Formats: sequence, C-alpha cells, structure tokens
Amino acid sequence: MKTPILIGVFSGTVTFSQLTENEWDILLRQARKAMLLAKLYYLVESKQWLDKVPLRAFRYLKSAQVHAEKQANDLHWEIRHLEIVAKKLNHNLTLLKGAAYTVMGVKASKGRVFSDIDILVCYEDIASTEKQLMINGWAPSYLDDYDQRYYRLWMHEIPAMRHMFRGSVIDLHHNILPRTVKACPNANLLLENVQSHVNYKGINVLSSVDMIIHSATHLFYDGELEHGCRDILDLYDLLTEYLENSGMLDSLVNRANELGLQKPVYYALRYTHLILGFETAGRYTKKLNKNIPSYLMRFVMDFLFMRALMPDHKSCNDYATGVARWCLYVRSHWLRMPIYQLIPHLFRKSYGRLLSDSEH
Amino acid sequence: MKINDFDIATSLNTSGLVIKIGFFKYNILSKLKSLEESIATLYCDYEISDYEANFELVDFHVIVKEVRTFPAVLKKQAQFFLDSTAPFNPLPLQHAPAIIEWGMNWCVSSQVNTHLIIHAAVIEKNGFVAIMPAPPGAGKSTLTASLIQEGWRLLSDELALIDLETYQVAPFPRPVSLKNESINVIKNRYPNVVFGPVSSDTSKGNVCHIRPPTLSVKEQHVNCPVAWIIFPKYEKDAETELAPFGKAQTLISVAENSFNYSVLGRMGFDILKYIIDKADCYQFKYSNLDEAVKLFSELESPK
Repeated sequence: MKTPILIGVFSGTVTFSQLTENEWDILLRQARKAMLLAKLYYLVESKQWLDKVPLRAFRYLKSAQVHAEKQANDLHWEIRHLEIVAKKLNHNLTLLKGAAYTVMGVKASKGRVFSDIDILVCYEDIASTEKQLMINGWAPSYLDDYDQRYYRLWMHEIPAMRHMFRGSVIDLHHNILPRTVKACPNANLLLENVQSHVNYKGINVLSSVDMIIHSATHLFYDGELEHGCRDILDLYDLLTEYLENSGMLDSLVNRANELGLQKPVYYALRYTHLILGFETAGRYTKKLNKNIPSYLMRFVMDFLFMRALMPDHKSCNDYATGVARWCLYVRSHWLRMPIYQLIPHLFRKSYGRLLSDSEH
Repeated sequence: MKINDFDIATSLNTSGLVIKIGFFKYNILSKLKSLEESIATLYCDYEISDYEANFELVDFHVIVKEVRTFPAVLKKQAQFFLDSTAPFNPLPLQHAPAIIEWGMNWCVSSQVNTHLIIHAAVIEKNGFVAIMPAPPGAGKSTLTASLIQEGWRLLSDELALIDLETYQVAPFPRPVSLKNESINVIKNRYPNVVFGPVSSDTSKGNVCHIRPPTLSVKEQHVNCPVAWIIFPKYEKDAETELAPFGKAQTLISVAENSFNYSVLGRMGFDILKYIIDKADCYQFKYSNLDEAVKLFSELESPK
C-alpha cells in the first residue's frame, strides 16, 4: 500500500518543497476529509513554509485555522459557564479529549477541531451534574425509551445535552468505556489522579498519562474510524510531548498495567510507530508484556488498522480498505457488549431504522 | 479556452471540467445529460479546461450523480458531492441543474474564511459596488437580474466576498437564480437574456438560472470598493422608496446576513465598521421595476 501524502507530511517522510500542484490538491482533499486542514496549517507554519504554499492551497489552510481558533475561543467561553455549574456542585468536572487538550494548550490541541465537550464525573454524581447542567441551559436530547435505557444502563455516558441558546453540546461520562465492556476500568482510579486547571475553578483534566490512555482506548475500541487518522495524530502529539517532558514512557506502561488497558496502549504505541515513524514508541511495545495481542492477532490487526487509520479519502483506499473498516466496526460492537446483549440490540436498531425510513 | 471550442461532455464524464469563477476553480464531474446542457448554456463565457490536461490544484472537486437510496430505490434522485462528502440529501433527478448551482455556492460559503462572506447581491457602476443583503424572498435576485441588463456589472447574485486586507469586494459572478413569477417577469422585460433549464417544484418552487452578462464574466478579477449598502424589499403595490438606514442598524443587519462574521471575530467587526462608515446605507422598497432601475441609475458615486 502506498503511504498517503497526508501521512507522509506529518511523519516527515515527505517535505513540502517536493510537492507538485497536483500533490497539493490531493493533500488538501485528504486533510479536508480527515478534518486535519487546520492541523496541517500549523505543521506548514512550523516548517516556515506558509509563504511558499500555492495560494489556492493556502486559502483553505488559513480558512481552517481561523475556524479552529474561533472554536478554541468559544470553548474557553463555555468552560467559564461550566465553572458556574461546578460551583453549584460539591464535586469538580473533569474535561476529556479535545476540550481537555485545548484548555491545557497541549501540542495536540493546535488546530484540532471537535464537536462536543466531553466531561467525566463519578457514577454517583451523574444525576446531580445532569440536573445542574439543565438548570444552566443544557437541554437533554429527546430519545425514545429504548435508547434512554440503552445509554443509562449500558453505556459510559448519558445522551448528549445541547445548550438552548449557544448550541454547545456536552457529553457527560462516568467512565471511558461502556460498562458492558470487559476491559471497562475503575473510573475512580482515573478521577483520583486528575490535575486541576490553574485558571478555571472546579475544572480538572486527566493526568497526562491517563489522557494518553483515554485517547488510545477511545480510538482502539471505537468502530467509527472516519476520524481515525486525526485520532492517531492526537496520540502521536500526546506521546511525543509526554516523552519530551518526562524523558521516558515507563509510567505509561505501568499505568496501563494498573488500569488493565494494556491492549489499547499497545496498539497506540505500535501504530504511532508503524504509521508515523515514532520509533521510541515501537521500543516500548516490548515493555508491555501482559494481556497483549498474540502474534496472529497482531498480523490481523495490522492488516485492518494500517488501512482504517489512513485518511478516509478515496485516494488512500486499496482493495481491502472497505472490508477493513467494516471488520473494525463489527469488532467494536463485539467488544462493546456480550453477544447475548448485542444480538437483540442490533436487531432492535435495524428494525427501528427500517421503520423510520419508511415513514419518510 | 471557451466552451464553444470544447467537448464538455467528455470532460464532465471522465476526469472533470475545470471552470474558473471569480478567483475560484471548480472541477465538475457529472454524467447527467441535464447538467451538460445547463453548463453549456450558462457557462459559455467562462475560462474552462479539462482537468486531465494539467492536473492542476483546484478549489473544489464537485460531483453530481444519480443515486438510489433505500427504501425509495425506484425514485431517480441526484445528489451533490464536494469531493466524496455529501452535505445534502438527494433530490429528484430533474432538479440537478439547481442542485449544482446551490452546491457550488455552498462550497464557498462553508469553506472559505479568507474573506468576510455576506449573503447578498453585489453590482457595480463607475468602479463602486452596491451590496444588497437580503433574506430569500425579498426580491433581491429579480432586482439584480434587471439591473445587470441596465448597465450595472454583476459581481455576485448570492455572496459578497469582502477581502480582509483591502476591504474591497471580490467578484464571484454566477448565474442569477430566479424563482416562480420572477422567471416570466425577466423573460418579458429582457427577451435577450439566456435562461438555463427550469427545475420545477423544488423546495423553493420553480427555479431557473440566467446566464451572467459576458462583460461581468470578463471582469471577474476586478475588485471594487463599496459605496452603497441597500436592503431591498419587494412588496406588492408598494411605492418605490429609498430610505436612509441607520449605520448601527445596518451593521447588525449585515452581520445577521453573514456566513462567517462570528468566525472572523474582531476582524469581522472591524471590516464591517470600516465599510459601513464609508458607505451610504438605505432600505429600498419597490414593486415597479422601471422605477427601481431609474432610481438606481440616479445613485451618485462617491467623489
């Protein structure tokens, strides 16, 4: 399989000076589809190449960067409102993923676009937090009884809440994996290690190591991989930044053992190495030795992830990309629930979809 | 190259037909016969080329194709794609000529933040433009379609693109979209105007696009400063009336009609303030096109 240009420029194997107009065209299309235009802007900027980018390409890099800046700005405003929510509660709110990266200003936040604000609280605090969010303008989504039950009984989050006036969407979590997943960790272990934000009272983020582990868990348990390319770049940024600050990744390995999440961490290290050429990560996969995929499993997963983590653009597809994405989608459901719950759930969902389609 | 000396069907069917509109290049791919016809009619004055000829960098790869969706597999529908993303639901196949025009406008209004974009018609006289922001149904397009036959240059019927550095409007001359009764009004007034195919019974009623004047396409790279901001409103039997409109209110109304005012933040405000400070701002009510045309011809350009 040929490496997509987008992967090439981020891993450093392709330099901007080599690109023809047509390659710029393809690079932009891959980046647009992968939601990585703004990130590409910052990469070009860091290589001091902005003034040499063809005008027609620069237009969209700049447009995306302006949009990402605006989104980051808006997020800070939303967090100010969440401070008010936290003040009313007798516990803190822990931000996850995109929102956490942005408020901490980590490397992964530069040019990263996201749609929801993910928050983690402990299971017992879900009801009070939900109520306080409602009082402050976030309205719950209207789902039917089945979906409500599905979320509240089995999932790790409650249905999304949207602000009535500002439109911001909050996903309130009590864990980082559905409760029905075998590897579902003890969320209290994560909440015990949070770091509080210096500027926002009552607002926390996960510890740096847990942030990496959550990012990995999300990517390698999730079936919707159309943003897989963005997510593997997140991991690359988080890992390299952590390595720069602490000099080694041993604490990541130890923490993965502690939480029982060796598998996603293993994959994170493996694919940042194989896809983005992050060699140190490759060395650390050897330090993980418990609960990791077998040799055969690795072979299968390489076949699947080396395709599904590419930008979801037709220029990056080969004969097996479609199958790979489909297999990983099925896998994610397989991991999500035991079979006796999964079969009735899928049956119910496809039946519901048929019904709602024929109503149109 | 121009469309007349060009086999557009082959390009549209294979690697794409590149059309230069304003400062954008679109690569259009479609196998639909109706589109071939509407593109040949509406875009005959634009610079075009075959995508495969030089594999250049283009702004938007646009595809319109026939789709069949479950469970309505027997209904023929057409869908618009930007590259491989479909931003809209499919519509009846016969609406394809309208679908592509809407889609091409959407590409700019949703992807571009290097300009402040206002939902407005823009026309020019003596080197100065009038921006006419208006919600759908205000009679903006009918007025524009008339004025561009009366000596005004068309910069855009839909999107005013304001350059963030020069504060001038960049032309984006596209076929002007007419709806319902307006189609016949313009047909009767200006028999020489060339109409594309009609898409009937769309969500906006009958829609038809007219070919932009040759000169407007020829001058599609000439940016111009703003002299007037006019909010047009067609009202049945209304007296023609051009009433001054407060500058503060103008700023708020223009911002409401903008696609990316809030995305641009402070910059958006500064630009609008600069432009509105210099421009004459009016609300314009009309029902009689003759009077409207006359009144516009009497607008005085700044010294």
